[in-house]
Amino acid sequence: MTKSKFDAIVIGAGMSGNAAAYSMARRGLKVLQLERGEHSGSKNVQGAILYANMLEAIIPNFRDDAPLERHLVEQRFWLMDDSSHTGVHYRSDDFNELKPNRYTIIRAQFDKWFSSKVREAGGTVLCETTATKLARDRSGSVIGVYTDREGGVILADVVVLAEGVNGLLGTRAGLRDMPKPESVALAVKEMHFMPEEVIAERFGLTGGEGCVIEAGGTISRGMAGLGFLYTNKESISVGIGCLVSGLAESMENPYRLLDAFKQHPSIRPLLAGSEIKEYAAHLIPEGGFKAIPQLFGNGWVVVGDAAQLNNAVHREGSNLAMTSGLMAGEAIFQIKSRGGLMTKHNLSLYKGMLDKSFVMKDLMKHKDLPSLLHTDSHNFFMTYPTLISQAAQNFVRVDGAPKINREKATAASFINARSRWGLISDAVRSAVSWR
Amino acid sequence: MKATTIERIEDKLYQNRYLVDTGRPHITVRPHLSPSPNLLALTQICPAKCYEVNEIGQVAIVSDGCLECGTCRVLCEASGDIKWNYPRGGFGVLFKFG
Repeated sequence: MTKSKFDAIVIGAGMSGNAAAYSMARRGLKVLQLERGEHSGSKNVQGAILYANMLEAIIPNFRDDAPLERHLVEQRFWLMDDSSHTGVHYRSDDFNELKPNRYTIIRAQFDKWFSSKVREAGGTVLCETTATKLARDRSGSVIGVYTDREGGVILADVVVLAEGVNGLLGTRAGLRDMPKPESVALAVKEMHFMPEEVIAERFGLTGGEGCVIEAGGTISRGMAGLGFLYTNKESISVGIGCLVSGLAESMENPYRLLDAFKQHPSIRPLLAGSEIKEYAAHLIPEGGFKAIPQLFGNGWVVVGDAAQLNNAVHREGSNLAMTSGLMAGEAIFQIKSRGGLMTKHNLSLYKGMLDKSFVMKDLMKHKDLPSLLHTDSHNFFMTYPTLISQAAQNFVRVDGAPKINREKATAASFINARSRWGLISDAVRSAVSWR
Repeated sequence: MKATTIERIEDKLYQNRYLVDTGRPHITVRPHLSPSPNLLALTQICPAKCYEVNEIGQVAIVSDGCLECGTCRVLCEASGDIKWNYPRGGFGVLFKFG
């Protein structure tokens, strides 16, 4: 293996790595993909929701054999205080379409399937192999990688760094910075199993329909964070994520946060009687547009989570990962097919494609939101959820007090907690960063 | 295990599959007299509770239950408090679902 040179080496077999490897292999490039797990997917963790369009752009008929759990027909956003939730639910029969838009998936199974497509397309996938270091020539161009297997350097024209949010190669080679505690969230997640019909009954689902709950509020104890609950076929993925900086400051314990979330009176009945079969943890890039590193250089490109390509506001990650992997693969193919070298100049084609796509446009749109939520997390995740719960209860509870008094009390509680100026300022800053 | 009981972290980790690379821990803590604030934070925020304060007030790691999330690396590698690597290929946590 070490004697032959590859057109491209892809580091990692997650969403971005599989998309890159597949798009290059199917075009006839000689691709080597390195994966440190026993099989592709065995090191990968996600919620997880799959957005169909982005996969369709890579594998149009994926629905024929991909392991999909449920297609989503209902989304719930819950604002929680300790004993209540105020919710916005959106459910539509429109999502029961011939080619559904979103599915829940189980990553260890899905990635294994995606990886089998890379092999079918002619790519070489080498599992149980950890890439340890990038190989560079005297000018600093990346020319291959070293692994923990015997045999020295493996050479390639270009290395695609699809190594994930905690990727070591690119950061150690100085190609990008290590993620900062305020730009990554630690999410912990459990898989709760229960019979298919119990899930259907609890969430009002029939057939392959699925439901998602995303929840913010006092469950993150004033830190910037989010809880989630995704219905799979016969399991529920339940988890919570908070910024690492918030956890380090508060010394809150992530699995106790998860336990408290599971014990919340609005969540507990949904999980009752389940059997837990796995507990996982993973970092999520939350820095947004401003945290995106240099994406290409001489002999290398970086894709997916390693490039911080995650839309924390819309909770989209894997579709940005797949799209960036696809575009890196397409750019490399185009350069190769016109006989070009994998120079920084030529590889800027990848960035150009990404800039024109939804990936950069969406991240650009919300570029100020991560810092707003970080600097003002207590108000957004503690004060407001509590106030809104009280307001909703004031509105709903009937006990003989005149309505006007209740409304005045609600307004006063907001002003007391945040001041008139604080309320206006929060609203303006939120609107501006959302715009 | 029922979801309605408060679980211990050991019980959570017990559900997972691991292939421990015996004698080759992938994370080590630099010897120290008193732990830095970030190192101390790991004893609380590591999701696998790999870090603990020992009887002489130093932070020690047992990385067998590590979920390879990288939280400790983000907080403590730059300062040199810890040394971080992924386990050798095939070793470490092996997610069934992920």
